[in-house]
Amino acid sequence: MSLVVDLFMVLLILTSAVWTVLARDRRDAVIAFIVLGLQLSLVWMRLMAVDVALTEAAVGGGATGLVLLRACARLQPVEAEGRLPGLRAQIAAGLLCAGVGVALAAVILAPAAPAPSLAPAVAAHMDEVGLKNPVTVVLLAYRALDTLLEKVVLVLGLIGVWALAPDLFWGGRPASLRAASPSGTLTFLARVLPPVGVLIGVYLVWNGADHPGGTFQGGTVLAAMWLLVMMAGLGELPETRALRLRRLVAVGPALFIAVGLAGFWMADGFLSYPPEYAKPIIVAVEVALALSIAVILGLMVAGPAAKEPER
Amino acid sequence: MSLLLDLFTIVAVSSGLFFFLAGTVGFLRFPDTLTRLHALTKADNLGLGLIVLGLLPRCPDLVSALKLVAIWALVQLGGATASQLIAEFARRGGGR
Amino acid sequence: MTPATLYGLCAAALVAIGLFGLILHPTPLRKVISFNLIGSGTFLFFGIAARRGAAAGFLGDPVPQAMVITGIVVAFAATALAVALLLRMLEAGAPTVDGPPEQPDDLSP
Repeated sequence: MSLVVDLFMVLLILTSAVWTVLARDRRDAVIAFIVLGLQLSLVWMRLMAVDVALTEAAVGGGATGLVLLRACARLQPVEAEGRLPGLRAQIAAGLLCAGVGVALAAVILAPAAPAPSLAPAVAAHMDEVGLKNPVTVVLLAYRALDTLLEKVVLVLGLIGVWALAPDLFWGGRPASLRAASPSGTLTFLARVLPPVGVLIGVYLVWNGADHPGGTFQGGTVLAAMWLLVMMAGLGELPETRALRLRRLVAVGPALFIAVGLAGFWMADGFLSYPPEYAKPIIVAVEVALALSIAVILGLMVAGPAAKEPER
Repeated sequence: MSLLLDLFTIVAVSSGLFFFLAGTVGFLRFPDTLTRLHALTKADNLGLGLIVLGLLPRCPDLVSALKLVAIWALVQLGGATASQLIAEFARRGGGR
Repeated sequence: MTPATLYGLCAAALVAIGLFGLILHPTPLRKVISFNLIGSGTFLFFGIAARRGAAAGFLGDPVPQAMVITGIVVAFAATALAVALLLRMLEAGAPTVDGPPEQPDDLSP
């Protein structure tokens, strides 16, 4: 019975995916992609990965969708909609892609037995650290180096986005997020929602130690609240040269690296925690990371500087 | 007592699902943006409201019950605002 | 067939559909969106591996799950960078995939 529900879900997902690729209008394609992101987060629930479901809904559907929608608005007057090439090219590409799909499906249908799993290794690690959410244990203790590098990638990505500003605008404000004609409804939402949203963001970060949730999910909710206030025109984006902003961007990765280095003389090596302080250290790192993620995600949606810095 | 609660859950969740079904049919069949939005808000408000109501007796403690109600309230707020924004956009002649 | 296998086949189809769009779409934004489809399919493969690796009392292997979480965030960063790059290319009047831009005078800052 539940397999029927899964089958239906798969059909919905494939419909959204085909629509994403074949829609004539680029805005239709983006909307289909956002719908796909929400459907995928339901799939992650079915696969019992609640942390991933939250991340997919917040980042995969939400934040990515916002970036793509903004790009559509900027491209609308400038770039004509592209058309797919002729039928012969479509058939050739279709055959190639079908081949790739069939090969991948064969991998799925002939799985390795027994299925490889690192779950026992994580379980052994969990008692040392004292957290109850296995995914957080992997992110911040068992494979902390991966998470640290990923934070560095985020900062580098932001530097990459900023570097695309014309020389004249370096250090100025990004293009305004404000809606062209701010509506009363949006302003109302931007006044009512942020207190609740910030509370939920903090809750997700705090709760992430023992239950589904964590820095990414909480940080994204915080970023969304910030962006909502900007879109309603209740606040302005800061200049990208503002020192306070840059400190917020750096505080998470910097604290993570400092804790990692401290591991050399407080514990066994880089990024290893002394067992008796493991939990408070991890929670402190998570809080700093969530702040940095919120600011970085918000600034990435905002894009490079588009105005001259004020004197 | 528990039979009564079970019955309550079944009736409330089923009627919630009915509103979701009706909302979806309306969304697919109604002629223009505003009427389609109207159909969707029914699914959001009443459908989700009834499902949350039906699930309340199942909550192990007061906090999770409050969380369910908070989810319903937030969906109300989000849904109502999004409908307003889409309707404004449609009335200005956006979309098709 | 278990749900994990079914969603695995769905992941394979997602990668194929995304690849189709990536190859055929002439405009950069549509290529970026298609590339994200391939990414979603790939993440779903990790989800299948996680679900099949359920052990030690967990409903799924947490290591692939954590990798997907970092992956989704990195994919977002890559998308934001790609979008910023394509908008800048358009502003600077760089040739698109189709050739030189048609009306370079109309480009508003």
